[in-house]
Amino acid sequence: MYKAKVLVKRRPSILDPQGKAVEKGAQHLGLKNISHTRIDKYIEFFVDVDDRKSAEEEVNLYCQKLLANPIMEDYEFELEEVETEKV
Amino acid sequence: MKVKFGVVVFPGSNCDHDAYYSLKKVLGYDVNFLWHKDTDLQKSDVIILPGGFSYGDYLRTGAIARFSPIMNSVISFAESGGIVMGICNGFQILLEAGLLPGVMIKNKSLQFVCKDVYLTVENNDTIFTKEINSDEKLKIPVAHGDGNYFADEKTLKELVENKQIVFRYSSRNGKITEPDNPNGSVMNIAGIINKKGNVLGMMPHPERACNSVLGKTDGALIFNSIANSILN
Repeated sequence: MYKAKVLVKRRPSILDPQGKAVEKGAQHLGLKNISHTRIDKYIEFFVDVDDRKSAEEEVNLYCQKLLANPIMEDYEFELEEVETEKV
Repeated sequence: MKVKFGVVVFPGSNCDHDAYYSLKKVLGYDVNFLWHKDTDLQKSDVIILPGGFSYGDYLRTGAIARFSPIMNSVISFAESGGIVMGICNGFQILLEAGLLPGVMIKNKSLQFVCKDVYLTVENNDTIFTKEINSDEKLKIPVAHGDGNYFADEKTLKELVENKQIVFRYSSRNGKITEPDNPNGSVMNIAGIINKKGNVLGMMPHPERACNSVLGKTDGALIFNSIANSILN
């Protein structure tokens, strides 16, 4: 079994008003060196297969079809092998 | 023959009853609710994907509803030329399903916008707008947090060339200006159709502007256009 850690990020050209609003908070906090705040998505789940290649295929499909919208988002992921009993 | 509308009900839809009421009680058409777990479109002539917050807007607006069992039928229906109209969240679902190009992102202001807006009719030679004069400005309310339409340059060029932009946010007298854009949409886009012209997505709510008691009736022009396109 594998644990997948997926990061879905909007492309730099896509406006992130949430990041902008949060960054205003940083300015009010007095943090002068913060810029380009972006708020993206971090997603974790398990993939119950025996080999890494099958896990990668399944994660790619999940990302391409549902977790990310390829028109405006890119994704990357890590896979970590875990023992089934510990899940 | 009476035109038959099918209004899809997703978990979290909240304009399904408004659509049903306006179409049936105000405009006198046949209407059925279509449950998201069903696959039968009940011989509807037109499918309406209503507004709301399907699946709590989780992940991205419309992203999960797009995989509801009924959507496979809606996609095949649309691909074979069937008339499909997505309103607000319904528009977002059509984008996620790939039936219309582009994406919807959070309003530029970060605020939920709920107010009447004016729309220009950029193309009145469509199934959805043929009852509307080209110089008419429609007064229809918007109510959304994610209505900021975005598409890349190539897609926008295609939308313009194929006359797929149907509605744009404007001033009362039809000027396309930044202050009249409620959400930051590129080119003030409020509604588009697919290349074939049988699928419309729009952020404003025509079902909330059909009854004169509510002070506005321009939404009825859109539903009547659809019905007359089918009958003639």
